Amino acid sequence: MTLKYTKDHEWVRIEGATAVVGISDYAQTQLGDVVYVEVPEVGRKLEQGKEAAVVESVKAASEVYAPISGEVTAVNAELAGEPGRVNADPMGEGWFFKMTIGKPKELEALMDEAQYKAYVEGLG
Amino acid sequence: MSDRTQATLQKTPLHALHVALGARMVPFAGYEMPVQYPTGIVAEHLHTRSQAGLFDVSHMGQARLDGASSAQALERLVPGDIQTLKPDRMRYTLLTNASGGILDDLMVTNLGDHLHLVVNAACKAADVEHLKRALEPGVAVTALPELALLALQGPAAAAALGRLAPEVEDMPFMTAAMHNLADTPCLISRSGYTGEDGFEISLPAEAAERLARRLLAEPEVKPIGLGARDTLRLEAGLCLYGHDIDGSTTPVEADLGFALSRRRRQGGGFLGDSVILRQLREGAVRKRVGLQPEGRAPAREGTEIRDGSGAAIGRITSGGFGPSVDRPIAMGYVASSHAAIGTSVSLMVRGTPRPARVVPLPFVAHRYYRG
Repeated sequence: MTLKYTKDHEWVRIEGATAVVGISDYAQTQLGDVVYVEVPEVGRKLEQGKEAAVVESVKAASEVYAPISGEVTAVNAELAGEPGRVNADPMGEGWFFKMTIGKPKELEALMDEAQYKAYVEGLG
Repeated sequence: MSDRTQATLQKTPLHALHVALGARMVPFAGYEMPVQYPTGIVAEHLHTRSQAGLFDVSHMGQARLDGASSAQALERLVPGDIQTLKPDRMRYTLLTNASGGILDDLMVTNLGDHLHLVVNAACKAADVEHLKRALEPGVAVTALPELALLALQGPAAAAALGRLAPEVEDMPFMTAAMHNLADTPCLISRSGYTGEDGFEISLPAEAAERLARRLLAEPEVKPIGLGARDTLRLEAGLCLYGHDIDGSTTPVEADLGFALSRRRRQGGGFLGDSVILRQLREGAVRKRVGLQPEGRAPAREGTEIRDGSGAAIGRITSGGFGPSVDRPIAMGYVASSHAAIGTSVSLMVRGTPRPARVVPLPFVAHRYYRG
């Protein structure tokens, strides 16, 4: 199972032909209490680095970018009623959406767990 | 995060305590201030509504006016009734400009031999300048940067502070008194910015951390950051200067008519009185209202408000999530024709119109102690 991270703090986990996307523990900590999540519609075509979802904390709204290109195949409908799942379990129940892997090569440039950990530490 | 930015930010006397408590520090009005502690904004907000929260508001400006004619003179700059303010009473009022806009909102307390003022951090230098220019030499205007300001807010605030000074428990809302707290003479007022019962405590900077630690040792009291201060005041329907009110909004438009007494409405005699008194007679073209978005998406400051036909009728000036009401809430200005309670409007959130209604303020009922 491959897990990769972007510099914008999204994670993408490869499960067979599907990529699951969410935001990192660092991101949810920085945001604070998540009160609203807007996920993309199933079928929407996403382009790497472009806006895919919105996550809102008490203080502000933040964009979530597509970590890779592909098409949305499923969304986490539970987040509408329980956005706090993003805080409680960002890598698990707090996932945002699933997508196809349009360009597998895009994954190669993303950070692995160790690289992301070093990246976050570098942010101070 | 350049060193230059950090160097220009001021610190309150409680800065080290905030850091020790694990606060996330952010720039605010030229100060490095705690936006939240590790428990987070929602927990801090709910704790303040159910127990008691301690806020560092030492960044706010304090000043005193000395001179026999201080109250009379100050009335030239504010539409509030200052001359009838009895000793140990305080009043919310507004510094207005010549066109009827609001330069700042402030608290004025009559301390017998002088007036004590508390103004907004971002405005304090300009306020003192404005006061000096208008009131000196007849009135001496003195900024008091050596004073810290703490706020203790919430239903358990009186019990907690009462253990340090039992006299405070009977103080009615909007009164002030000098009492010793932790061996320090403090100016205590029963007031605040959360809609809850509570106190503000003005004291020498060097004693602030000792008192803060003493209050935090009380079982009901937790430290609360600026993030929760903002959500608490929004639920309470209270204006934030620079957002809900500014130099281009009048007290009438801002629906702050309660700050204009009958005598001042009749007599005028303050900066901008012709505009403000005319708006009181004829109405203003726009009005600050509460807005209740349907659904769960918050609508933030700057969001355009449209009427049923899609025409722009105003903008949100404060908007976000209310932890106690557990839903998005907002306030903003709309054309007076659309200001009636129950009016349906739409809010343009990320380019999509979302339905909302004009609702009464506050979103959470005030619970002040009136004795």
